[in-house]
Amino acid sequence: MKFDTPATTNPIDQLKVVGKPTDRIDGPLKTTGKATYAYEWHDVAPNVAYGWVIGSGIAKGRIASMDLEAARKAPGVVAIVTAENAGPLDKSKRNTATLLGGPEIEHYQQAVALVVAETFEQARTAAGLVRIDYTPADGAYDLAAVKDKAEKTKDGDSVVGDFAGAFAAAPVKLDETYTTPDESHAMMEPHATIAAWEGDRLTVWTSNQMIDWMVTDLSATLKMPKDKVRVISPFIGGGFGGKLFLRADALLAALGAREAGRPVKVGLSRPLMMNNTTHRPATIQRVRIGATPDGTITAIAHESWSGNLPGGSEETATDQTRLLYAGANRLIGNRIATLDLPEGNAMRAPGEASGMMALEVAMDEMAEKLGMDPVEFRIRNDTQTDPADPNRPFSQRQLVQCLRLGAERFGWAKRNPKPGQVRDGRWLVGLGMAAAFRNNLLTKSAARVRLDQRGIVTVETDMTDIGTGSYTIIAQTAAEMMGVGLDKVAVRLGDSSFPVSAGSGGQWGANNATAGVYAACVKLREAVAQRLGVNSADARFADGQVVAGNRKVPLAEAAGADGLSAEDGIEYGNLDKTYQQSTFGAHYVEAAVDSATGEIRVRRMLAVCAAGRILNPKSARSQVIGAMTMGVGAALMEELALDKRAGFFVNHDLAGYEVPVHADIPHQEVIFLDEADPVSSPMKAKGVGELGLCGVGAAVANAVHNATGLRVREYPITLDKFLDRLPAMG
Amino acid sequence: MRPFTYERADSPAAAAAAVERRPGAKFIAGGTNLLDLMKLEIETPAHLIDVNGLKLDTVEATPDGGLRIGALVRNTALAADQRVRRDYGVLSRALLAGASGQLRNKATTAGNLLQRTRCPYFYDTNQPCNKRQPGSGCAAIGGYSRQLAVVGSSDACIATHPSDMAVAMRALDATVETVRADGTTRTIPIAEFHRLPGDTPHIETALLPGELITAVTLPKPVGGTHVYRKVRDRASYAFALVSVAAVVQRDGGGRVALGGVAHKPWRVEAAEAEMPRGAKVVTAGLLADAKPTHDNAFKLTLVERTLASVLAEAKGQGERKAETP
Ligand SMILES: Cc1cc2nc3c(=O)[nH]c(=O)nc-3n(C[C@H](O)[C@H](O)[C@H](O)COP(=O)(O)OP(=O)(O)OC[C@H]3O[C@@H](n4cnc5c(N)ncnc54)[C@H](O)[C@@H]3O)c2cc1C
Ligand code: SF4
Repeated sequence: MKFDTPATTNPIDQLKVVGKPTDRIDGPLKTTGKATYAYEWHDVAPNVAYGWVIGSGIAKGRIASMDLEAARKAPGVVAIVTAENAGPLDKSKRNTATLLGGPEIEHYQQAVALVVAETFEQARTAAGLVRIDYTPADGAYDLAAVKDKAEKTKDGDSVVGDFAGAFAAAPVKLDETYTTPDESHAMMEPHATIAAWEGDRLTVWTSNQMIDWMVTDLSATLKMPKDKVRVISPFIGGGFGGKLFLRADALLAALGAREAGRPVKVGLSRPLMMNNTTHRPATIQRVRIGATPDGTITAIAHESWSGNLPGGSEETATDQTRLLYAGANRLIGNRIATLDLPEGNAMRAPGEASGMMALEVAMDEMAEKLGMDPVEFRIRNDTQTDPADPNRPFSQRQLVQCLRLGAERFGWAKRNPKPGQVRDGRWLVGLGMAAAFRNNLLTKSAARVRLDQRGIVTVETDMTDIGTGSYTIIAQTAAEMMGVGLDKVAVRLGDSSFPVSAGSGGQWGANNATAGVYAACVKLREAVAQRLGVNSADARFADGQVVAGNRKVPLAEAAGADGLSAEDGIEYGNLDKTYQQSTFGAHYVEAAVDSATGEIRVRRMLAVCAAGRILNPKSARSQVIGAMTMGVGAALMEELALDKRAGFFVNHDLAGYEVPVHADIPHQEVIFLDEADPVSSPMKAKGVGELGLCGVGAAVANAVHNATGLRVREYPITLDKFLDRLPAMG
Repeated sequence: MRPFTYERADSPAAAAAAVERRPGAKFIAGGTNLLDLMKLEIETPAHLIDVNGLKLDTVEATPDGGLRIGALVRNTALAADQRVRRDYGVLSRALLAGASGQLRNKATTAGNLLQRTRCPYFYDTNQPCNKRQPGSGCAAIGGYSRQLAVVGSSDACIATHPSDMAVAMRALDATVETVRADGTTRTIPIAEFHRLPGDTPHIETALLPGELITAVTLPKPVGGTHVYRKVRDRASYAFALVSVAAVVQRDGGGRVALGGVAHKPWRVEAAEAEMPRGAKVVTAGLLADAKPTHDNAFKLTLVERTLASVLAEAKGQGERKAETP
């Protein structure tokens, strides 16, 4: 189904099932331990052997020698895979660093060997007996030190008007630099894969967000035909972008299984995750804003520097600044430098998550310079069209509504605009806010739907559920389209033998995958109508029946003994070019700062989101509160601590890499504006899972400023960065 | 993880003898620290002696009015003990500030005292570390050292001792009771139990090989207001950047021990004499010979500010206590 004109009324608009806060249909499987995660397929691959990954002990250089003797002789060892015996391997386009390194080493903990043994313990013990000598080489590890060597990225700068002239002439100006650190996805389930060969066919049970990327990249890396690889990943214990790609677990499981001649299971240990896999790269961001005294922005510039391995991409931290606020003169662009750190890549809301942490603090600082309320300053600079192209409207843009409703609900009017004034015992208390912004991305997505003689509708698509609720919203979509209850819908996901979907990433999963299911259901409705000999436009699907004229036929009967099936997908035309499609929101935060120790604790949070139709307010809320939690982490604690001498992330476990715990997260409230965006898809929905993160960090930072009067422009805002500036102790 | 053998001991002396018989053997109690370290091959004992069955898991009153805490008493049970809560509040609070509920259910008194440092380089076997591999060097010096020691450190090691419980016990003048293979027992004052790193950071305590901790005793209660304040980047489940254990008397005098600043719980008795004069002077005494790194110099300010806050809290609490009839 081609979607190239805005949606009109369709069966989804009935909202009998879609739009309801349904419990997740996969919940019971998860709470009873029956959902099979990657490491837990005990029956499918009998006689499995266990692989343990060895990571490089240096960041850059070469392996001088590798002594596998002792490991080979260790009890239970079945095989050892290294670059030397792995056979010819390619590198897929989506991988920057080679997944199996050696003799050349590109980054710390780059996988250099897999030890396969009868048991997990034997594999791990034998891995400890492998001796590797390295010849280290000098590398570049510190972004600040290589910043001046950075280059403009291939997208180039977005230049509108004359920024330099307008900024110089602006009566009120801000020019500040902000930094964000390297961050780890730190999801609950580490990367894991079971691989099994049957002749020249390979099956992997894994944990991956993008099934078709995985099939493509695994077959390309192994230099084998794509149709010989099957990927199965129905349950995923979190990913946050860390599982968008083929990673070492899957490649090494496949190589290990080939070498061992039997299925092999590989899970990455937690310490490997920080340096072996990908991470959100650090940024240095300079923001300049010029305005007239009434708060009208006349000039805005946002530049961001990040680093990556040669060939790796930049963190697109400035992208939202192209679209979020008006301003006639603009200069926006990303720069990239070479660093020999582990590969930088997408983590939840790549670009905007980091970019909003800078831009939205800059906006707060600017409002303060102007003596304006920060909410009003943002409203003053709202734009309903792409600032670089006045002929390109936003499909929907309710930013102002979000800001105003949030201010009202949060009690913003009670905020003392003068910082450092409010005390509660030994705590300094402040309120902060930020806008939320994240683009809505369109990508094609297909599904297959079957109707059987019991009247059960089964949906199959390679879409993934990374804990987000995909199973549920897909079931809701099919139920709405076919006029049945959720109990009559079965959903099967995460298998490359199903039609290719959008997958889970970039908050594009929900809207695109359900739109694909919508398309397939439209086709199935046609098939049903045809079988009954009625015009599909006249057929109504409700209460498990098809009603056409004075005929009323149960769906089960219409399906017949053989059932009916249909496959289709959604494909998009130019609507994302003619319109700018984005999601909007507002974050409000109350934070308290211990006046003695500088410890920061968030007390209250509110997010207001305008993100098209909310397909399931319950799972959408879970996405947003999870994102708000992640935003608190980014603001206050998350940082991969870099050893700049040896080039690696030092805090490589969950005791050292701190993410918020329950005690850090107070009452969280989420409001969704009633919105439907006919330009986005027949579902009229958009993404929401990343919107919830964009801006949270800045809102926390702004609350800390309101509490203390202090600005910390280096995330995370830990007490060591401002302790000496707190008021003296009485 | 290296393969190991395992046995259960049936008496304290037998446990000690079992370790002495097998070079490289270790006791295992809750296992919450030892097993993690074994998985990473930071500890590689060839034999484990499980001490959980030794019935050292009661808290008993001593004849002189104190408490004798069995080595196997779990952190959860100790924190909840009515006598501890009433008379040694600083200990109960320190325990509850540590780890998580699940870990405290397993963690034992002896194991807690003997938990090893959280220096991140100690945890990465690719990196030099004098504590893990004597003579290999110290990767933390000149590296990422935000968490590490500011006082009592050496050129060989700047690690800290991560325990909260031990800091309170230091303030309470606890003593550690032990038994050896030959059945002889001794008591070690907590001040002498943990060592500074010096040139031998791998030797962390006064225990001799095979010596088993049987109990920790607390002298009779000293009264006063008990405060334990743990400063950390997140609200729970994090090791201290700095912690302060304080027992403050009506006259402003009392005791202070610090966590997160040294290779052992840090207390300087001479500095305590200055408590009525406030945090600045006391801190100056406590951290007189501090040698912080670039990353952790903030701890000097943090100790002083935290101590000031603790003293103010103790004063407030003391006054409220005095008011209640
Ligand atoms: C994620 C995490 C967070 C934590 N956070 C904190 C925190 O915030 N604050 C804090 O204080 N602690 C914290 N801990 C540490 C925890 O308190 C210790 O792991 C625990 O106290 C160790 O006790 P155990 O009984 O499990 O010791 P084990 O792991 O069994 O043993 C530890 C050591 O003690 C030796 N040993 C045990 N019993 C005896 C004995 N009777 N005599 C002689 N030697 C003995 C063992 O041989 C071993 O070397 C944390 C731990 C984890 C894993
Ligand atoms: S500080 Fe001590 S524990 Fe840390 S690396 Fe140095 S020697 Fe090892």
